[in-house]
Amino acid sequence: MKQNLKNARRSPWSAIAVILAGLILTGSGFAAATASTSAASESPYTAGQVEQGHKLFLSNCASCHGKNAEGTANGPSLYGVGAASVLFQVETGRMPGAISGPQLEVKPVQFKQPEIDAMAAWVASLAPGPAAPTAAYLAQKGDASRGGQIFRINCAMCHNAVGAGGALTGGKYAPALTNTSAAHIYEAMITGPQNMPVFSNSDLTLADKTDIITYLQAVQTNPSIGGFDLGNLGPVVEGLFMWIFMLGGLVLITMWLGAKSN
Amino acid sequence: MSDKKNGLVKPEDAEFDYSAGLAKVDADKFADPGIEPHRVRMTDKSVKHEKAAARQVAGLFLFSIASSIFAIWAYFGIKVYSFDLNSIRSNVLFLGLGIAFGMLGIGIGAVHWAKTLMPDAEVSEARHQTRGSEETRAAAIEVINLANEESGFSRRKLIRRSLYGALALFPIPGLVIFRDLGPNPGDSLKHTMWAPGLKLMRDPSGTPIKATDVQVGTVFHVIPEGLAELGQSEATYDEMIAQKSKAAVLLVRVDPAILMEAPERKDWSYQGIVAYSKICTHVGCPVALYEQQTHHLLCPCHQSTFDLADACKVIFGPASRPLPQLPITVDKDGYLIARSDFTEPVGPSFWDRKA
Ligand code: FES
Repeated sequence: MKQNLKNARRSPWSAIAVILAGLILTGSGFAAATASTSAASESPYTAGQVEQGHKLFLSNCASCHGKNAEGTANGPSLYGVGAASVLFQVETGRMPGAISGPQLEVKPVQFKQPEIDAMAAWVASLAPGPAAPTAAYLAQKGDASRGGQIFRINCAMCHNAVGAGGALTGGKYAPALTNTSAAHIYEAMITGPQNMPVFSNSDLTLADKTDIITYLQAVQTNPSIGGFDLGNLGPVVEGLFMWIFMLGGLVLITMWLGAKSN
Repeated sequence: MSDKKNGLVKPEDAEFDYSAGLAKVDADKFADPGIEPHRVRMTDKSVKHEKAAARQVAGLFLFSIASSIFAIWAYFGIKVYSFDLNSIRSNVLFLGLGIAFGMLGIGIGAVHWAKTLMPDAEVSEARHQTRGSEETRAAAIEVINLANEESGFSRRKLIRRSLYGALALFPIPGLVIFRDLGPNPGDSLKHTMWAPGLKLMRDPSGTPIKATDVQVGTVFHVIPEGLAELGQSEATYDEMIAQKSKAAVLLVRVDPAILMEAPERKDWSYQGIVAYSKICTHVGCPVALYEQQTHHLLCPCHQSTFDLADACKVIFGPASRPLPQLPITVDKDGYLIARSDFTEPVGPSFWDRKA
């Protein structure tokens, strides 16, 4: 039974059907997404949200970002950073920032979702900036292997080839992307939080971004064919494992060989 | 002891003086500790232990048998489907484990058998002489002489000399293949594919980049115009790889106010857009870890850090030269183009690179 299913899945016709279906889906999904992002120039937020967001901003953020979000020595101006920036920073708990270290850490989220949306609404009302990804955009599936190629060229040097993260200079690091939601991946690319460069839509197109997100999700669900992945951190960890467990095992066996029986 | 018999003379019996030479004569040598006292094993003392040990050894051999059968089962029983890496993994993993435990069971069983059940009395054996007896030596010489006589090795000069010639020549082909280490790369290390007017293209799609597409804080991974096309045909794929390994470029836009540009490089950037070689000047890893706020470029291999705002000078790590800058400008349609090739060789130092 199971085997029949497997064989059926392997028929060349099913492959063609799957590819066709995928193409149609991504094509129409992409069209929908581009249409909706261009339509997003009219604010998706209500005046009430903007109002509430302003209040929240004044009581929580203004001390560093300035009363009018013009920026101070302790925090950058928020003109033009867009709703995407607010959602990314606040929904991952990075903002409000705790102590000033080399890098803002992921923390428990400090606000309720409607409050975060309200702050995003206010910041978006200041100046045009990158908007949040639409649900329709996030729902589509891209091409994971193309996404992998783009990821390896643009992202892997910092985030590791399968998104396990890595070190930067002076105590900074590129975080692991293993538990990052599709929306946050998108928002990070479009806004370039902290030391991450910006990957605007003229750099990586919306389709490129979809493919990258699909790739990152695919590597999470992909079983590790080579056995234990040891965090996917590469040769140092793997070498350490070999030194400790393999050589240690050899030493123990040698000791047993040389010991007399009692 | 038996030295006399072997024709050897002990130092104290010799008719001449042994010289101590440079060797230090040790006044208080360690006494020969002799053989450790024999310790009787549990398996020698109690029948119960002996039986248990015997069962353990047999058990290990049975385990080996079971493992070998398991390996055979794994080979046939775990089906391999093409393109299903998981099925291949399971098949190979269990086949391998079965074979490994099959051998390990025999090995551990044999050692356990020897250690617990075979006699363990300590014995010492004197070393024997390595020199053969006079008769053996005479016999060997006789054989050699006979062989010489019968083959005519000394007598037949022509054969002997041609054999010497053959022996001298046969290693030469082994040396000749070292030619594959060459030929020298000529000046291919000093130039890249970049040329005046070549568009800067996105890697890997090979689409051109407008200056207006590049906002402050963005990073583009760039290849020269025409390189992506090389990769599309099998015949030129290798050429694409060779060219890309030299021509890969990182394009970044920063606030022009923070750029510290030497006067002669003023026109190498375009409104804060700068392009630098991505090949590390240490040993050639791709340098692409760009930190937007510090404008540092970090090489992941040995942590060389370059300051992008200051002509990519080395601020940390083992690299000794700044990353070479690619002079760029825009064409009439607003696309970014190269003004020229790099003005110095990219990548690590090599034997005839000037400074
Ligand atoms: S190759 Fe870049 S630091 Fe060694």
